Amino acid sequence: MRPVAAEEIESLAIGAWILGTGGGGSPYLALLNMRQLYRRGVVCRLMDAAELADDDLVAVVSNMGAPLVGQERLTDPKTMALAVTMMEEYLGRKFQAVMSLEIGGGNSIQPFMAAAMLDLPVVDGDCMGRAFPEAQMTSFAIHDLRMYPLTLADVRDNAVVVARAASWKWMERISRKACVEVGSIASTCKAPRTGKEIKECAILGSTTKAIGIGRAVQAARRAHRDPIDAVLEIAAGVKIFSGKIHDIARRTTEGFLRGTATIEGLDAFRGHTFSLGFQNEFAVGWLDGLPRVMTPDLICVLDTVSGDAIGTETLRYGQRVTVIALPAPPILLTPKGIEHVGPRAFGYDLDFRSVFA
Amino acid sequence: MRRRIGIDVGGTNTDAVLLEEDRVAAAVKTPTTADVTTGITRALAALVDQAPGARLAHAVMIGTTHFTNAVVQRRDLGRVAAVRIGLPSGASLPPFVDWPEDLADLVRAEVVMLEGGHEFDGRPLVPFDTRGMRAAARRIREAGIRSVAIAAVFSPLNASGEEEAAAILREECPDVAVTLSHRLGRIGLLERENAALLNACLIELARTTTRAFTQALRASGIAAPLYLTQNDGTVMLAEVAEAYPVYSFASGPTNSMRGAAFLSKRDEALVIDVGGTTTDIGSLRHGFPREANNVVEIGGVRTLFRMPDLLSLGLGGGSMVGTTRALSIGPASVGYRLTEQGMVFGGDVLTVTDIAVAAGLIDLGDRARVASLPAALVTEALARIRAMIEEGVDRMKTDAGETPLIAVGGGSFLVPPRLAGVSEVLNVPHQAVANAVGAAIAQVSGEVDQIFQDLSRDEAIARARRAAEDKAVAAGADRATINVVEVEDLPLAYLPGNSLRTRVRVVGEIARQP
Repeated sequence: MRPVAAEEIESLAIGAWILGTGGGGSPYLALLNMRQLYRRGVVCRLMDAAELADDDLVAVVSNMGAPLVGQERLTDPKTMALAVTMMEEYLGRKFQAVMSLEIGGGNSIQPFMAAAMLDLPVVDGDCMGRAFPEAQMTSFAIHDLRMYPLTLADVRDNAVVVARAASWKWMERISRKACVEVGSIASTCKAPRTGKEIKECAILGSTTKAIGIGRAVQAARRAHRDPIDAVLEIAAGVKIFSGKIHDIARRTTEGFLRGTATIEGLDAFRGHTFSLGFQNEFAVGWLDGLPRVMTPDLICVLDTVSGDAIGTETLRYGQRVTVIALPAPPILLTPKGIEHVGPRAFGYDLDFRSVFA
Repeated sequence: MRRRIGIDVGGTNTDAVLLEEDRVAAAVKTPTTADVTTGITRALAALVDQAPGARLAHAVMIGTTHFTNAVVQRRDLGRVAAVRIGLPSGASLPPFVDWPEDLADLVRAEVVMLEGGHEFDGRPLVPFDTRGMRAAARRIREAGIRSVAIAAVFSPLNASGEEEAAAILREECPDVAVTLSHRLGRIGLLERENAALLNACLIELARTTTRAFTQALRASGIAAPLYLTQNDGTVMLAEVAEAYPVYSFASGPTNSMRGAAFLSKRDEALVIDVGGTTTDIGSLRHGFPREANNVVEIGGVRTLFRMPDLLSLGLGGGSMVGTTRALSIGPASVGYRLTEQGMVFGGDVLTVTDIAVAAGLIDLGDRARVASLPAALVTEALARIRAMIEEGVDRMKTDAGETPLIAVGGGSFLVPPRLAGVSEVLNVPHQAVANAVGAAIAQVSGEVDQIFQDLSRDEAIARARRAAEDKAVAAGADRATINVVEVEDLPLAYLPGNSLRTRVRVVGEIARQP
C-alpha cells in the first residue's frame, strides 16, 4: 500500500481518458474534485490486490448515466461514498477497499473520491482494462461471478437497492431504468467482491498503467517530444492511422451512442481513408474498407498535436487526429472474453483478429 | 451606395477603413492611445479627411481586444457575486473552482449556492429556493456589489430559474448588472458559468468603453449605428454587445483573417498577421478561420467559446532586439510607444522595426539613425525572424504540401517573400489594415444550442433555426438576408425518448436603419 501524490491523479486523468477508447466520459470534473480534496489535506492510498485477504470485501464503484448530464449535474464525492455506505448497511458488513469498475474515462477517479470520504484504500485495478458500454462486458461477467446486489444513490435523498437480478442483462435493465428516473446520472456500487475474487478475476495493475501513460504524455509535452509516440512506447501500442475527421454520423439506439466517423489520411497516410465504428466506445476501424483493428484491442483516437484523447461525443469535423491501438488485457482475448466483448458483441459480423497477433 | 466603416483597436495601432460597396475607399493607421477613444477619434478624423463620404456611412463596426487584454493583464476588472442554482447537485465544485487563484481573488466578491435547477428533460431538480435568493440579493446590495453572474443547472434547456433569480435581484438591487449564463453558453455548467463570471467582471468596463466609442463616433460627425465585432467574425449592435463583452474575446484575430480572405480573394490559405507585439498564424477554411479543437482558456479560465485556432509568436514590429549577450528577439515589445522609443523614431530601444529599416525592407522614420548597426547583426536578426515564421507556419499546416500564405498586419513587411513550405506569400493592397477591413465586412449572427425531445430531426432543426433567426434579428440583422451557416445535431446517449441536441447558427446582412 502506498500514498498517491496529487500529481499522480493529474496523470491518471490523462491516461484514463486515453484508455477510455472514446467512452467513459471526460475525467475533468472528477479530477477537479480530487484537487479540492487534496487541497484540504486528503491523501489517497493505492494497494496491490495481493495485499487483500481472501475474505476482505471490496466495493466496485462507478458513476452511471449520460456523460452530457454529468456536465450539468456535477459529480461529487459525497454521493459516490453514499452508494458504498448504503451497500455496507444492506450487507451488514464493512468494506476493506474500493475499486474502479472501468479504468477508462471518469470512472477511473470515482473510487478515489469514495476512498477520500471513507478513508479506504483503492485497489490498483478494474474489471474492464478500458471502458465498455454494457454491464456484462466485464472480467467478472466473463468469470460468471454473481451480478447482485447493486446500490444506486441520487444526490437528492433517493436510493435504490437492486437486491437480485436473473442475469447481467436484467441487472443492466433494472439499474438503467432507476438511473434514468433520477435524471440519468447516479452513483453506483456494484456487486461486492471478495479479496479472492479480485485477485483471481479483476484486471490488476490498470490504475498504475493509466498513471504511467498520463505521466509519459506530460513528460513528452514538457520536452517538446511527440506525446503520441510516448503513449505507443509506454503502452506497447501501434500507430494505426493519422488524418483529419472528414465525416461523422451518430444515432442513438437502445440508449447508446452509435455511429461512424471517417478520417481522411494526412502525411504518411495521404490518399487513404479510415472509418471508425463506435457504440459509446470505438469498436472497429476499417482501412480503405477492410477491417484493420477491432475490439477488444483498444482503439484510441488522440489529438495529433496535444496527444489528448477525443471522446465519441466530442469528435468534430476537421479535427486532426491519430488513431492508435493498445493491447487488451488477456482475459478479454480468451474465447469467452471474445464472446462478451469481441466484434460480434457489438453487432459486427467479424472474426476477431488482433493487430498484436 | 453602401458605405461601411471598420475600426480595429489593437494594443499598438488603431486602424480604420471606409468600404464603399466592396472597395476600400480610404484607410488609416494611427497609434492606439492609453484612453482608447482619443485614438479612435483621431483615426476617424483622418478617415474623413481622406474621404469625406465616410460621414455618410451606414454602419460602423469596431473590433477590439480591449476586454481580453483586461482579463489577461488582470486590470479594470469588476468584483462579482456568483449565484449558482443547482444544489444539492454540484456542491463540491463551487463557482470559481477552476480559476487561477490570483484572478479569482480579484473577481470573487461573494459566492451563493442555492437549491434549484432542472433535469435534462425540463423537470425541476428541486424547487428553486426563492427565499434564499432574496436573502442573497439583500447581502449583495449591502456589500455594494455591482455585478452578478447567475448560472443554473440545465439553464440552456429551461431558463426559468435564472430568470426568476434576476427578477428578485431587480426588486432588491435594481442598479446591479446581471449576467445570465443561458444567454452566453451551452451545455456544460462550469464552462458556461465561467463565461458568465468573466462577462460579469467585464460588464462595467464594456459599458464605459462602448459608450466612449459611441461618443467618439458622434464627435466625429458620424450618425451611423455602432456595432461591435464578435469572436465568430460577425457583429452585434453596440447597445446589445455592451452587455456581452466575452463575445468579443477573439474578434481581433478573427477580423484580420476575414479581412485577409476578403482582400486576397482566397478562401483556403494560411494567414500571418504581424502586429506590434505578436504574430498570429491561422488557417482559413471557406473564408472563415479554422476553429480550435480544444477547450479554450482565457487568462487561465476554461470556457467553451469557439475561437480561431491560432499560433501566437512573440514577434512584432515593436519587439525588442537584445544584443547584450546572445541575440534575442521579443517577446517584450515597446507596443504603441514604438513611435517614441524605436531608434528610427528618435528613441533608444532597438526594435525589429529598426532592423527592418536598416535592411531596407521598409522606409520609416529616420534611416540615418540605424546606419551604424553592424551588418552582421541585421543579417542574423532577419535570419532569426525567418526561422520563427517558418517554424510557426509549419506547425499550423495540416498537410505536407506547399500552402499559400497571406501576409497582413502593420508588421507584414517582416514576412520574407520566399519561405520553406509556402507556395507563395501574398501581399495585398491594404494588408496593413486587414483587421479593420474584416470588421467592416462582418455580418450579424444568431445561434441556438438546445436539446429537443420527441421531435423529428427536421422539426428540431426547424425550431432551432427559427430561434436562431430571432436572435440574429434582435442583434441587428435584416431578416430577409439570413442564411443558415452551421447545423449540428447529436443524438444523446442514455437519454430516454428521442433526444437530439441541435445547434444552428445563422448569419445575415446588417439591417439598414430607417
